[in-house]
Amino acid sequence: MPFVEQGLVVRHNQVSRDMWELEFIAPAIAPEALPGQFVHIRSALGINPLLRRPLSLYDVDKKLGSITLLYKIVGTGTNLLTRIKTKEYVDVMGPLGKGFSLPPKGKRVVLIGGGVGIAPLVYLARVLSDRGYQVKVLHGVESRRQLVAFDKMRQIGVDFMPSTMDGSAGFKGLVTELLQKKINPSEVDYIYTCGPEIMMAAVADYARERAIEGELSMEEYMACGVGACLGCARKLKTDDESYVKICKDGPVFPLGAVELLG
Amino acid sequence: MRNKETLIQDQEPELSVNLGGLIMNNPVAVASGTFGYGREYEDYVDISSIGAIIVKGTTLTPRPGNPGPRIVETPAGMLNSIGLENPGIDVFLNEHLPYLQEHRCTVIANIAGNTVEEYAELAARIEGHRGVGAIELNISCPNVKQGGLQFGTDPELVFQVVNAVKKNSTLPVIPKLSPNVTDIVSIARAAQAGGADALSMINTLMGMAVDIKNRKPLLGNIFGGLSGPAIKPVALRMIYQVYREVKLPILGGGGIMNLNDALEFMMVGASAVSVGTGIFVHPRLAVDIAEGLKEWMQQNNISQLSEIVGVATH
Ligand SMILES: Cc1cc2nc3c(=O)[nH]c(=O)nc-3n(C[C@H](O)[C@H](O)[C@H](O)COP(=O)(O)OP(=O)(O)OC[C@H]3O[C@@H](n4cnc5c(N)ncnc54)[C@H](O)[C@@H]3O)c2cc1C
Ligand SMILES: Cc1cc2nc3c(=O)[nH]c(=O)nc-3n(C[C@H](O)[C@H](O)[C@H](O)COP(=O)(O)O)c2cc1C
Ligand code: FES
Repeated sequence: MPFVEQGLVVRHNQVSRDMWELEFIAPAIAPEALPGQFVHIRSALGINPLLRRPLSLYDVDKKLGSITLLYKIVGTGTNLLTRIKTKEYVDVMGPLGKGFSLPPKGKRVVLIGGGVGIAPLVYLARVLSDRGYQVKVLHGVESRRQLVAFDKMRQIGVDFMPSTMDGSAGFKGLVTELLQKKINPSEVDYIYTCGPEIMMAAVADYARERAIEGELSMEEYMACGVGACLGCARKLKTDDESYVKICKDGPVFPLGAVELLG
Repeated sequence: MRNKETLIQDQEPELSVNLGGLIMNNPVAVASGTFGYGREYEDYVDISSIGAIIVKGTTLTPRPGNPGPRIVETPAGMLNSIGLENPGIDVFLNEHLPYLQEHRCTVIANIAGNTVEEYAELAARIEGHRGVGAIELNISCPNVKQGGLQFGTDPELVFQVVNAVKKNSTLPVIPKLSPNVTDIVSIARAAQAGGADALSMINTLMGMAVDIKNRKPLLGNIFGGLSGPAIKPVALRMIYQVYREVKLPILGGGGIMNLNDALEFMMVGASAVSVGTGIFVHPRLAVDIAEGLKEWMQQNNISQLSEIVGVATH
């Protein structure tokens, strides 16, 4: 069951030029939070900005009852969010949406994140790894300093493969090129992806051509976050008659269900 | 201890209101299109304790709605161009209404048509269904190209629609006025002449926003309806004008975010209020305001809401 609660901020730090990590105690939300779900957070009090902002569960510590978010500064809300200090409270609503499903036992899974799209994949990696799946994580960024999930991935103990456009770490080039060139498709049973649509489109093509199943996480501007306002509607396929609600029917969908704007 | 309790009981203020025949347990409703069919918010609030749930606008046949983006945030508000996405009247009556009835909610149906006949037909379909307490007429939805706007901006059409619905319904009929008009009072008078039992005001103000990077309108539908605190001053002004000229109870709303906002609406003439966009921020907003109102009345020695309705218009 989702809740609105005031989360006590225990950690809030800048992790790259334009990315921050925010950890807060959320005793009601944390125990229920599943990978791929999100919280709806107020970036500031007052009426500007007015609406909450959706952010994925980056990590959840069930023992501590804490939730960590990873966010990139893109506009007013995310800018204002940086001003919140430890020991202050954040107004959060969640957990919301339909998260990732777990593949049958024994499947070898590959997680592919682009930029801040790595956010939902960290908590997913943790849960998969805890359950004994063999997990490989590919993370594509511009430059080494944006590999913000590196420590967490190492701590979780997954096989982490970065790609950078400038070649400052790992594979030089796009994460989808890394996927094509360095991963043996016969060793991949299931794919999860989150990132820019153009990247997810390439991942979806890769998976379709090799008949690999998987899931992706989508974004849309949101108002309510609970399926009431119909603001986040989107047609999964161009010829679909009706719209789905990204907040409630998603944000996670099967890879093959969506025609991406590649 | 006992004395104190009786004292408080003696002073218990009366929160219930009669809105043109609809009895509400408290004067705070949730606005159409912002609360779905109630179920969407059941985890956050006891929906039966809400003054009235005005459900999502319903048309005769299902509507898929507009292409996205459908919403964009603007200073102290938001634009929406949902395009009246809804499953149609039959699905509302058969699948959503029973749930609301089970939970003993006070329900106001919100209907929208493309012709006078469609409004009349919608009212007839609702007639006899237990669980609907009143009908709100959306004659002001700015999103739908064929219907909506024309009705709410032409006094003659407003008269016809209200009149046709009244003929087919025994429920209180509450036209929801569009603010996108030059003379709101003439529209309100037409609604009254048509037989309206109360007035709901205001619906969203038509607006737009531009995506500078891509050099095109931000909303898929180009125009959208502005809601939230940005429209509150306009709503207050229009309710003030109508309250002084038309003797119908008013369900006032537009940008209400807290108790003080609600009090402003009442003081310019609203007998009851609705919260919409504010719910997206505070899912419990309607019940929180109702509880706050009760305390405020106690503190100010007010036993009946009628003591404050319209006080700022004298
Ligand atoms: C389910 C979900 C999970 C997410 N998880 C994360 C996460 O973990 N980390 C993360 O960093 N981000 C995440 N996001 C994205 C995040 O919600 C946005 O980046 C954030 O809301 C931006 O808020 P802002 O106020 O900073 O920017 P805004 O000021 O709201 O907008 C940023 C830019 O978008 C433009 N814009 C605003 N509205 C529209 C519109 N309707 N259509 C087109 N353009 C528009 C603005 O003009 C501006 O240029 C997620 C989104 C969703 C839906
Ligand atoms: C997302 C959204 C959907 C709406 N849908 C409807 C609708 O279907 N029918 C209607 O009469 N009004 C609709 N409205 C208007 C609201 O009911 C309300 O009149 C308006 O938003 C002003 O109040 P507010 O500022 O409190 O939101 C909608 C508003 C929003 C924001
Ligand atoms: S954000 Fe309101 S329905 Fe998805």
